Amino acid sequence: MIYEIFRQERKGQPFHHAGSLEAANHDFAEQYAKEFYGRRGESEALWVVPREAIIEVDEFVDELKRNYHRVDGYSLKEKLRRARERVGSALVARDR
Amino acid sequence: MNESEARSLLEIADDELILGWRDSEWTGIAPLLEEDVAFSSIAQNEIGHARALYELVAGEQGTTADELAFDRAPEEYRCTRLVELRLLDWEKTIARHYLYEQADAARLEQLKQSDDAEIAGLAAKIDREEAYHRMHAQMWFDRLKDEPRFTAALDELRPLLDAGRDEHSPELAELWVEMTMVRRSQPAGTAW
Repeated sequence: MIYEIFRQERKGQPFHHAGSLEAANHDFAEQYAKEFYGRRGESEALWVVPREAIIEVDEFVDELKRNYHRVDGYSLKEKLRRARERVGSALVARDR
Repeated sequence: MNESEARSLLEIADDELILGWRDSEWTGIAPLLEEDVAFSSIAQNEIGHARALYELVAGEQGTTADELAFDRAPEEYRCTRLVELRLLDWEKTIARHYLYEQADAARLEQLKQSDDAEIAGLAAKIDREEAYHRMHAQMWFDRLKDEPRFTAALDELRPLLDAGRDEHSPELAELWVEMTMVRRSQPAGTAW
C-alpha cells in the first residue's frame, strides 16, 4: 500500500508533503515514515496518510469561460487606471 | 563496575557489534526500499550501542573501544552464536531479529536496575532505542507468524540463544577477518 507523508517542521507550522512510501500496513508505514522523515530531528510531527484516503480533484470545468472568477480574468490595474482618468477629468471639469 | 558486570557488558557489546554487522549485510538488498532504510538504521543503532558499551568497559580496563572491538582474536569474542550466522534469508533474519530483541529486552531490564549509575543510565538510553527495534521486530512477527518458513526459522534459531558464548561458529572467524581487515592492514598506533 502507498502512503503519503506530510511533515511539520516546527510546532504550529502547516504540514507540507514530504514524499511517499510503500508499506504493508499502517504500523509499517508509521515506522518507515519515522526512519525516512524524522530520524534526523527534521520534523516536529508527521501525517501518515494512505493514498487511498486522499480525494484528488483535478477537473475544473469552465465551459462558459467565466474568466471573471479568476484573478487573471479581472484586471484591477486596468480598472483603476480608467477610474483615475475619469476622476481626473471630472476634477478638471469642475475647476474650470 | 565489578568483574562480572564488565563481562556481561562485553557480552552485550559483542552481540550488538556482530549483529550490527550481520544486519548491515542487508543494506542495498532488503526486500523493499523502505525496509532497507529501516533495517540499515537498526544495524547502525546496534553498532552505536556496541560502541557506547565498549567505551564504558574500556574506561574501566584502561583500553579503548576500538581495541576491544577489533583487536581481540575471534575466539575471544563473547557473543552468542545466534548473532554470528550469515543469514541472507529474510525469514531467518527476521526470526533472529525477533528472538534477539526479546532476549535483549530482558537483559537490558536487569542492567537498568544496576547500582552502578553509569551502567543503569546507559542501559536506559540503549533501551529507549531498542524499543523501536522491538516494535519493528513485533510488526514483522505479526506479519509472518503463520508462515511455515518463518516458524521453522524460529525453531531452528531459538536454541542458539542458549548455546553458550565460549564456542563460536566458523562464520564468526570469517566475519572477523572482514571486519578487522582495514585496521590490521595499518601499522599499530595508526591514528584514524
